[in-house]
Amino acid sequence: MEKFRVLIVDDEVDFVETIVKRLIDRGLEVAGVHSGLEALDLMDTKDFDVVILDVKMPGMDGIETLRAMKKKRPLTEVIMLTGHGSVESGIQGLQLGAYNYVMKPVPLNDLLKQMAQAYERKLIEEERDRQAGNEAVPERV
Amino acid sequence: MASNHYQRLRIKIIAMTLFFSLIPFFTLGVTIYYQFDTAYTSKIMEALKTLCQNRRNAIELFFDERVAQLITVANTQTLDRLKDEEYLKKVFETMQSRSKSFLDLGVIDHEGNHLAYVGPHYEQLKSVNYHNQDWFQAAMSYGVHVSDVFLGFRKIPHFIIAVTGVEGNRRWILRATINSEIIDNIVRQGQVGKRGDAFIVNRANVLQTAPRFSGKLFEHPTTPDFSSVIGTNVEEITSNGDHILFATCPITYPKWVLVLREDPQEEMAPLFKAQYAEALILIAGIFLVVVGTVFTTRSMTSELIRMEHQKAESDDLMIQSAKMAALGKMAAGIAHEINNPLAIIGEKAGWMKDLLEKEDVKASPNLGEFEDCIKKIERQVDRSRTITHRLLRFGRRMEPTEDMVDVNQILAETITFLENEAHYRDIRIQTAYADKLPRVTTDSAQLQQVFLNIINNAIDAVGKGGFIDLRTSYDGGNRGSIVIEISDNGPGIPKEVLGKIFDPFFTTKSPQDGTGLGLSISYSIIEKLGGKITVASEEGKGTTFTIYVPARGFAT
Repeated sequence: MEKFRVLIVDDEVDFVETIVKRLIDRGLEVAGVHSGLEALDLMDTKDFDVVILDVKMPGMDGIETLRAMKKKRPLTEVIMLTGHGSVESGIQGLQLGAYNYVMKPVPLNDLLKQMAQAYERKLIEEERDRQAGNEAVPERV
Repeated sequence: MASNHYQRLRIKIIAMTLFFSLIPFFTLGVTIYYQFDTAYTSKIMEALKTLCQNRRNAIELFFDERVAQLITVANTQTLDRLKDEEYLKKVFETMQSRSKSFLDLGVIDHEGNHLAYVGPHYEQLKSVNYHNQDWFQAAMSYGVHVSDVFLGFRKIPHFIIAVTGVEGNRRWILRATINSEIIDNIVRQGQVGKRGDAFIVNRANVLQTAPRFSGKLFEHPTTPDFSSVIGTNVEEITSNGDHILFATCPITYPKWVLVLREDPQEEMAPLFKAQYAEALILIAGIFLVVVGTVFTTRSMTSELIRMEHQKAESDDLMIQSAKMAALGKMAAGIAHEINNPLAIIGEKAGWMKDLLEKEDVKASPNLGEFEDCIKKIERQVDRSRTITHRLLRFGRRMEPTEDMVDVNQILAETITFLENEAHYRDIRIQTAYADKLPRVTTDSAQLQQVFLNIINNAIDAVGKGGFIDLRTSYDGGNRGSIVIEISDNGPGIPKEVLGKIFDPFFTTKSPQDGTGLGLSISYSIIEKLGGKITVASEEGKGTTFTIYVPARGFAT
């Protein structure tokens, strides 16, 4: 599998810890944070291909974070992750540009498939941008 | 209970309305009744009085004229001339030509002997001496005398008018006999109706005319004594329970009294008719008011009861859906809480599995056990996941939405909710879903509520070891509908009750177990979705509920 960069954002510490380890074991470049603010800070300095974003978090919630992420790095794909499956936040997320919406607990292989597809789409988008003459320039924060 | 309360309200309203409407009614009726009475009675009395005066005037006129005639003759003719019977006869005939009431005419000297006589009873009277008669004495004293009616020598009722003539020192009497029939005729005209009477009495209450009913001539009348009245009078006298009206009028000359007797019953006939009619109308009116009030109040309270029932039903519906919504929220909340730990467990187990793939751990003798444990943990996480996801879907469905629904799926889901209950009671649930059932646009949550209710009822009915059969199919007729049949082999529903099961508040369970609203709510839900729900049952064999859900949605 191609090596791409993943950011895991979830306030459940154990969850982040384990999934990071497993994904690294599968050969991906992975970072994990526990809040929306941390994620945005990290994205200032590092570039990621796919973000796994929990919807329900204390402080800045998933939708807020998603909005800010899309402003900062529009080409980075975001997969929403949730434990309660509310339809509204799913639709809202998709409207804001999330790639997909997945319910916890999700078997890792299913998640990997989603992430790979998201990465594919990112590559296609980047290619299209390049051909249109616009290089993906990160917006000023 | 409610019915008692409404009974009392009903009675209260009826009583109040009747009280306030009947009081003026009654008052009006009674007032009119008595006003009629007094007005009419006084009118009749007035009329009688007028009649009496009228008759009295006629009588007085008559006497005045006769006396005037005689006085004229007595004062214009000489005694010598009048002594001549031939001459007297001429005078008499002249008088008679103007007035047939003169029966005879006689000239009498101061000693009471007939000087001349003209008339029918010549033989009998020519030789009579009147010196001792009352009238003779009275006439000689007063100049004019009108006698009472008497029989006299002739044995017929008559009275005499005697006037005195004076010639120098000679006094003589001109006497005429008047047929009292004339007076009778005048008096008779005062008889009113079939039971009225009129008569004249003198100052000794002796009848001067022959009344119709009230006595015989020359006797006392059978009526009270009016002989000494002064002035015209009308009075009502009760005798033997009858009310009789008497009008009395004294005649100045002669000193008689005219009495008119009237039976008011006769005269009052129109009044009584009016009063009778009024009483009838009053009674009819009262009857109408009472009936109208009772009916109106009845229908009003029935309407109130119906509205209360409707409100209770819709309240209950609201409570039901509020309950379901709350339940849904709670379920979602719990599921969400559990999903996070589940995710972590899953990941940890997965990590362990990953690690077991590595070389250094493969040598462990318990490797097989480790692998097995992890596999089982992952399976249990999967199972829990199914449950929480199902709960979440249930909670999500409480938001009213119109979505594309697979009826088979909804049914299957509903069964999972009740699986444990059924299993615990040893009830077998069999399904026969049609494949390729088209999806329908409908409210899945409400549909699920209906299925839940009916299958629950089936479980309650069937008891231990029973069967519940679920069948779906598609019916192409009438724009197409999905047909869902839920059958059980329970005791069935008796025929008398079958028509009532969808009625609100109808239940065969005790109050704690059932409100009686489940089926009626299900019925109205299906109706609102544009479908139909029917039931077939046979006692001892079982019951089948058939639900039709239109394939094209409820906005037809």
